[in-house]
Amino acid sequence: MGLWQRFTLIFKSKANKALDKAEDPRETLDYSYEKQLELLQKVRRGVADVATSRKRLELQITQLQQQSDKLEGQAKAALAGGREDLAREALTRRSGLATQISDLQVQHAGLADQEEKLVAASQRLQAKVEAFRTKKETIKATYSAAEAQTKINEAFSGISEELGDVGMAIQRAEDKTAQLQARGQAIDELLASGALDDPTGTSKDSITLELERMASGNDVEAQLAAMKTQIGGADAAPAIESAPTSDQNPA
Amino acid sequence: MLIRILGEGQFVVPDSELDEINRLDRELEAALKTSEDNFRQALDALLDKVRSVGVRPPDHEMEESQVILPFADASEDDIRDMLTEDGLVPD
Repeated sequence: MGLWQRFTLIFKSKANKALDKAEDPRETLDYSYEKQLELLQKVRRGVADVATSRKRLELQITQLQQQSDKLEGQAKAALAGGREDLAREALTRRSGLATQISDLQVQHAGLADQEEKLVAASQRLQAKVEAFRTKKETIKATYSAAEAQTKINEAFSGISEELGDVGMAIQRAEDKTAQLQARGQAIDELLASGALDDPTGTSKDSITLELERMASGNDVEAQLAAMKTQIGGADAAPAIESAPTSDQNPA
Repeated sequence: MLIRILGEGQFVVPDSELDEINRLDRELEAALKTSEDNFRQALDALLDKVRSVGVRPPDHEMEESQVILPFADASEDDIRDMLTEDGLVPD
């Protein structure tokens, strides 16, 4: 494992560098323990942040899915109204959404995996910090400052690798959630601008507007037809009712 | 042999598996010089091997690993960074 032996050395030398040299080596035990507790807190916050990001992604996937279903309905309505151009536009937008959705689903799977690993890492770290605390108390109670150094080095060597690993994992989780946040914001803005339409229905996209125009147009025609029937019917209702009219829309 | 996969923790791997693990490691090293696809496959193969033959030590145990392997979603660039002094490992 040539490559990884080199990497292992680099990793360990960095992890060990983090330890301060104090006057009484036993003090480094308390200092390191404090740092370990801080890192444990950080991991727990990291887990919560990743969970928040994951939930936000789930919400956005649901919203995009609703939007996609809506566009499909609109395409059908447009086609029924003889507007193939509008139906095509709706389906084109829908396929754009499908790409977004599957992309977000990949992100979601990655985030869920990361969350699971962080939870496990936090449990491992907690167990090791607890073991370190016990060891630290034993060393402080049993050895003089002069004698303690070897025991302290032993106590550190095991946990410093874990600390380095967890520190890296947290850093990567933070980078990832920051990335997703920026991206999530872009999708929220897109949803709000009406480019993807707003599933809450507060703003209307061009397809909705056009379908409404079609519907209200038909409605006006129907009302006109009804009025014509009424006016004509005042004089000779039976005759007109049965007479074929050229401008009436059967719909 | 005690092997750590970054982000996943440690695995105790029986010595009988080391030849195969070394072979997968050489493949990974070679793949680093070719394409992203080869690299991804080689890294997955190595990590999967360690996970499948390795046994997890108890959580409270604090032993140093003999070998540390990169995290599963590491990119080629991540790996190159890891192998330099001022790489990914936080100071």
